[in-house]
Amino acid sequence: MRDFLQTLKSAPPTAWFGMAVIATMALVAVFAPLIAPYGETQIVGAQYEPWSEAFLLGTDNLGRDMFSRLVFGTRNTVGLALLATAIAFGIGSVLGIVAAVLGGLVDRILSRIIDIIMAIPSLILALMLLTIVGASIASMIFVIALIYVAPVFRLARASAQSVVVMDYIEAARLRGEGLGWLVVKEVLPNIASTLVAEFGLRFCFVFLFIAALSFLGLGIQPPTADWGSMLKENATLISFGDITPLLPAAAIALLTVSVNFVVDWMLHRSSGLKD
Amino acid sequence: MGKIWILVGERLALGLVTLIVVSALIFVGVELLPGDLAQQILGQSATPETVAAFRRELGLDQPAVYRYLHWLAGVAHGEFGNSLANGRPISDLLAVRLKNTLFLASFAAAISVPTALFLGVMAALYRNSIFDRLCNVVALTWVSLPEFFVAYVLVLFLAVRVALFPAISSIDAEMSLAEMLYRSFLPALTLMLVVIAHMMRMTRAAIINVLASPYVEMARLKGLSRLRVVLFHALPNALAPIINVVALNLAYLVVGVVVVEVVFVYPGLGQLLVDAVTNRDVMVVQSVGLVFAAAYILLNLLADILSIVTNPRLMNQR
Repeated sequence: MRDFLQTLKSAPPTAWFGMAVIATMALVAVFAPLIAPYGETQIVGAQYEPWSEAFLLGTDNLGRDMFSRLVFGTRNTVGLALLATAIAFGIGSVLGIVAAVLGGLVDRILSRIIDIIMAIPSLILALMLLTIVGASIASMIFVIALIYVAPVFRLARASAQSVVVMDYIEAARLRGEGLGWLVVKEVLPNIASTLVAEFGLRFCFVFLFIAALSFLGLGIQPPTADWGSMLKENATLISFGDITPLLPAAAIALLTVSVNFVVDWMLHRSSGLKD
Repeated sequence: MGKIWILVGERLALGLVTLIVVSALIFVGVELLPGDLAQQILGQSATPETVAAFRRELGLDQPAVYRYLHWLAGVAHGEFGNSLANGRPISDLLAVRLKNTLFLASFAAAISVPTALFLGVMAALYRNSIFDRLCNVVALTWVSLPEFFVAYVLVLFLAVRVALFPAISSIDAEMSLAEMLYRSFLPALTLMLVVIAHMMRMTRAAIINVLASPYVEMARLKGLSRLRVVLFHALPNALAPIINVVALNLAYLVVGVVVVEVVFVYPGLGQLLVDAVTNRDVMVVQSVGLVFAAAYILLNLLADILSIVTNPRLMNQR
């Protein structure tokens, strides 16, 4: 515990800022119904009402409270991004380690498939896949998980390859352990730290990706509150010089910057880079 | 010298194979579309006879492999088939839109690449100074900003609060170059801001990496100035990673325009793609997807080849 506090103390101000923002957003997401004065899809006033006592940030294009939607949006947008990243990581790291442990034909086939996925720009691939499966939350998570399995697979395979040549893996093999044991008990714990740092980075990408898709009207569908689509729905206000529609986008930017700051610090510490 | 051409040839062949596989993948993806394409276009009320006739017209009664080869042969001749939404030939649409997108991307690249390289070299030169730290924090922040946020902030300040530039960039072929540059300034600026940060960071990292090597210290000990050491001793050896990251960012410029084009209603390929996805116009999605994938693969290939050509160590690999 003292070590942990010591580490925290040595964190640069940027990392402190990042951690504070992440903690705040997590609290907002968990206690969303308590914080928001109105319901997520409740119509409470006229269209585009200005900021006031009753409506902290005014109302949106359908007369829903902006502040409440912003609060619920934290839960939806961040929650979905976490879910999609977690799925991509689960599948990608297991496949990557399996490819490294088995080697040979399995490794080659899996690697080629991943190469092809990586050869298509991700947004274009996502748009094409969404045309095929139709826009909904489930299909969006499926599409994003599929796309982000590729980079996770590559990282997991590369780091696992340096582990599988170790003597203790050989010993486990001679002992007659199965594939599942080798993957989960022998290799995974040794590459976990690399994967955790990568998780932060990938979360940022996935989060921005979901926001972009929702902004294009192909991600999280209305009336669910979501930061990307909130900007899209209220973009008209910008042409009147109002900054309210930018707040959800600013929230997206704030969270990504914060996660990046923290990951940057963690990478700096673990690699011992002094530059 | 011959070895390098074999390497380059290998990469070219690999790129071509990737392109063919990707085209097959795109085709199969559309094949997997739930329900029958003809049925979907004509709607539920269509009689079986109409559907059958329409299927024949689209060639859907032929085997998939035959249709794929037919489609591929068409694409090679610049024939992409007709749009499902309005029946117009897709190649006409593509020609105009592709030109607009390339115009926007090259506009952004022409300014962002020199700026990023300059800032990167300066940051490496004055490492750990206030300027460097500032660049680092600003770059890290910029990298994490979503494009549409940058775009709308620019609209708010440069188009609405102060009406310097138009918020909607409508472009057509009749306009003069100056007019086109003026109208597409805001989308181009958005793209520039997004890519400069990344290129700058990589340039700085690549140069600093080389600065740690003994021959640079030797040059310093000879009494050469910092600027000379960075420009003539460090930069040539840092060129391979820098060219690589520039090419990758150019690829990003061609592909990343989708969101920016939607914000500024710019008549480019990205806008076309998003509209087609919304209308589920699979023929257009298929064609635009292929063009984007081809551009992306080509630029990645270029990055690969250039980093082989500029790096003597890679030439003598294996």
